[in-house]
Amino acid sequence: MSLAMNKLFAKAWMIAVYIFLYLPIITLVVFSFNDSRLVTIWSHASLRWYEALVKDADLISAVLLSLKIAFLSALMSVFFGTFTAFALNRYKRFKGRTLLSSMASMPLVMPDVIVGLSLLLMLVSVQHWLGFPERGLFTILLGHALLGTAYAAVVVTSRLREMDSKLDEAAMDLGCKPLQVFTLVTFPLLVPALVSAFLLTFTLSFDDVVLSSFLSGPGYSTMPMVIFSRARLGLNPTINAVATVTITVVTIAVIASSFYTSHQERKRKREEAQAYSDSNK
Amino acid sequence: MAKKQSFLSRLRSGLLDGRHAVIAIPYFWFLLLAAIPLLIVLKISLSEMEATSVSSMIDWREGWPKLTLNFASYQFIASDSLYLKTYLSSIKYALITTLLCLAIGYPFAYFMARSPKHLQPMLLMLIMLPFWTSFLLRIYAWKTLLVSNGVINNVLMSLGLIDSPLAMMNNSFSLLVGMVYSYLPFMILPLYANLSKLDMRYLEAAADLGTSPFKAFWLITVPLSKAGIIAGSMLVFIPAVGEYVIPELLGGSSTLMIGRVLWDEFFSNNDWPMASAVAVVMILLILLPMAIYNKSQTEQMEAKA
Repeated sequence: MSLAMNKLFAKAWMIAVYIFLYLPIITLVVFSFNDSRLVTIWSHASLRWYEALVKDADLISAVLLSLKIAFLSALMSVFFGTFTAFALNRYKRFKGRTLLSSMASMPLVMPDVIVGLSLLLMLVSVQHWLGFPERGLFTILLGHALLGTAYAAVVVTSRLREMDSKLDEAAMDLGCKPLQVFTLVTFPLLVPALVSAFLLTFTLSFDDVVLSSFLSGPGYSTMPMVIFSRARLGLNPTINAVATVTITVVTIAVIASSFYTSHQERKRKREEAQAYSDSNK
Repeated sequence: MAKKQSFLSRLRSGLLDGRHAVIAIPYFWFLLLAAIPLLIVLKISLSEMEATSVSSMIDWREGWPKLTLNFASYQFIASDSLYLKTYLSSIKYALITTLLCLAIGYPFAYFMARSPKHLQPMLLMLIMLPFWTSFLLRIYAWKTLLVSNGVINNVLMSLGLIDSPLAMMNNSFSLLVGMVYSYLPFMILPLYANLSKLDMRYLEAAADLGTSPFKAFWLITVPLSKAGIIAGSMLVFIPAVGEYVIPELLGGSSTLMIGRVLWDEFFSNNDWPMASAVAVVMILLILLPMAIYNKSQTEQMEAKA
């Protein structure tokens, strides 16, 4: 094969994979504007499924519940995930480090059904002894926060590894107390990672159906639970409309946050270079 | 007693000092929500369903605790061939998914790592973007594409390529399409991270010494990307074994997956010990791949340090 042929083959392969990844998403969006009740046959463009969506009280309340859970669980995930990342990266040797790191990777690799089942059985035993918690918002929140903590820890860890520990040491040499080192040096440098950890765990929670199904009680259906139960029964054009709205919001958020992160990164590099050249004057 | 006191005072002083608090907070969090729940699953798998509750394992008789282990659920799993078949079928589908993801993802990650540097962040983001949009909705989208009156069949029939709709839904084809589709980014990302760091000088040296590009690929690139291959394969295989949503929406009744059995034991039969036993056996099945994954991750970290 010649070099040009090689390049052509590489391009074709990559385009084919992108088509495979985006074909279902594009179909979802296109058919959300289809007037026909049949999801798969195009008649003509209309917004009728969006009108149906706005009037769909079940779905709207499920979306609100999902947003609430996603917001709270993302906050909890970032909080506990940051602690996990610090414990595993800043303190290299302590008793039970291996146990902590394997517990922290468990929600990442275990199938959802096992995480859901085990959490539910634990919560049922706790309820048996103490009389709470009732299954509902709080129990779903715990499940999502567990999953989110594991992911947030990965995101924060990768940032901590990149970060120069010399900055911490310099701050300590200049007389900072450990807490001051954290609030004045480490934390500001971590902010972009915390933002992306928040966004990631928010979407994970907003997307989860298996954990929620195990952990929810009567009257608490999240958006994915409603969509899942409808999708099991068959095709339903309102799902396409929900999908289009979700995809639009998520795409804008992801693009905006990636601009924000690269902007922060450039700003930080510029400031570091500035500080370095100032110190050499 | 003295020891206990010193432990308590150590605990008290330890909590006041930052280092211990930083370690203790995530420790209790994960003990409570990850480790203890798994032990409870093990415990319940060894008990029996009594009317509406699970039998208690420890029975206090004449002031003495009597431990009863009930292996009935495990015996049932071993005796009913449907369970064995389902476990094997789950492993088979997970294995095929992993191999397909590797076959599609490796060339992709390789080409991506070789593409112009300024394009790479965008190519990477295009891989991540579907991952950010709802997984459930994307699986649903495949349903609209694959059903017999679905988009693909309609297009093929209107083009006159086929006369009658192809049976692409509710079989192992639709299951595998859904699984490969969902897990492909998990394969591509670690492979790309690995391949983009590959030192090109090795390949140049091989070319200078007269090795053909194809041979150099097999002798240099593939062995050097071993860590990425292992990480990607495990990230696909392990969750694929226990997958529930994809077989439920795309697999139909003929494709056997163990995640669905667990779900049905729990939600339809309300048999908690049985669901727990199914989960314990599933964990045993994925323990080996998990150990391989952890080992490769630690090795990588040590190599970096």
